[in-house]
Amino acid sequence: MTEVLALLILLSVVGAIVAVVTPNLLYSVISVGVVGFLLAIAFLLLSAPDIAVVQIGVESICLVLLLRATLGREVDGGAQRPLVGVAFAVALVAGIGLFGLQVFYEFPEFGIPAMERFQDAAAATYLATGAETTGAPNIVTAVLLDFRGWDTLGEGTVLFCAVLGATAIMRRRARRKDDAS
Amino acid sequence: MLPESYPGMGTFLKTVIRWMKGPILLFGIYIILYGHVAPGGGFGGGVVIASAFVLMTLAYGEPYTLEFFSRDQALTLACLGLLIFVGLAWAGTWAGSGVFFDNLTAGAGGHRDHLFLTALEIGSGLFVSGALFMGFSVLMGHHEEDEE
Amino acid sequence: MIYSLCLLLILVGLYGVVSSGQTLRIVISLAIVSHGIHLLLLLIGYREGGKSPIQDAGEAASSFAAASVDPIPQALVLTSIVISLGVTALMVALCIRLYERYGTFDVTEIRRLRG
Repeated sequence: MTEVLALLILLSVVGAIVAVVTPNLLYSVISVGVVGFLLAIAFLLLSAPDIAVVQIGVESICLVLLLRATLGREVDGGAQRPLVGVAFAVALVAGIGLFGLQVFYEFPEFGIPAMERFQDAAAATYLATGAETTGAPNIVTAVLLDFRGWDTLGEGTVLFCAVLGATAIMRRRARRKDDAS
Repeated sequence: MLPESYPGMGTFLKTVIRWMKGPILLFGIYIILYGHVAPGGGFGGGVVIASAFVLMTLAYGEPYTLEFFSRDQALTLACLGLLIFVGLAWAGTWAGSGVFFDNLTAGAGGHRDHLFLTALEIGSGLFVSGALFMGFSVLMGHHEEDEE
Repeated sequence: MIYSLCLLLILVGLYGVVSSGQTLRIVISLAIVSHGIHLLLLLIGYREGGKSPIQDAGEAASSFAAASVDPIPQALVLTSIVISLGVTALMVALCIRLYERYGTFDVTEIRRLRG
């Protein structure tokens, strides 16, 4: 199972490299769709079915949005920014990568969840008493709506602001009124 | 020429989508309502309902979808969902133990155990589907030739 | 190790953000970075041979707590995926507006045209 997961993530990395390096924007958009759908299968293998459903739906909508911005416009530009050379970008990313690898040395083995590391982890309490306390056998829903309900309220706020921002950016009528007056 | 300025996408696709949009919407509502026992919940169901409307926009074109479910209605739906969510969160403060985000009907036994959570899910699902459809339709319905 | 592959995904996205010549490609690279971070959060909470955190009807609480994966990273990633869709829509709106204003996706062209 770990091998299948590693293969999926490796294919996603290949797709991500294609998305970043190819000069044509249309190929880049398709590659990021590939990355998203492979990750949805990986989420399913990681025993997270709610997240797989949300990821597939979100990736489809995101692909349509990106394609709308791409089609009908000139897409064959350069992929690289001339001021930032390839060597500098690779060196910067490699430096951050070395720091990241040092962090991963401190992690537990893959296969031991984070709640096992701490004595009084909240997740163990949620799993043991979640169903009777909240009335929901789906512990993810119980965590989202009862134990950590504040965070869901914050998520609603952020999503609302993002959508209002997108609406305000694409609005035409207000500017036309200002031009006419 | 941007593709959405064409009126729809062909007879075969329109016929198939006409029959499919009902079951997709029903599936999204099922995911929302059964969020407490099956994988899903408000966000998954909201995303599925929004993707049903995305499908309709792609197949029929923007004007038909807007007269089916206009942008004002989508924004009203999103605000209604958020108001339900926040109102239910406040309800614990007024009608009971004074704790914000109190789960009011938990432990009541039998069928009323999960009513509060299901009501929160419905509010969350309405909000996510309205907001995502609103964001999608403002990006899709903007044509370059309408600019001054 | 799987963590290293996940870190590689995040680093590829980061490289794309740093060295992209087009505005839409920066949006795509940020989407790759957020995919990698969601994957990392889920990898932290995974239990070997574990089942999803949905309790069956007649299951005892202690055996369920010993056999299921961590539910908290899943809750965090669920909201984060939906939020990242909203923010990606916002960034794509900005890219469309920039294209209409300057006629190109190219970052150096936009800087030159801005004066």
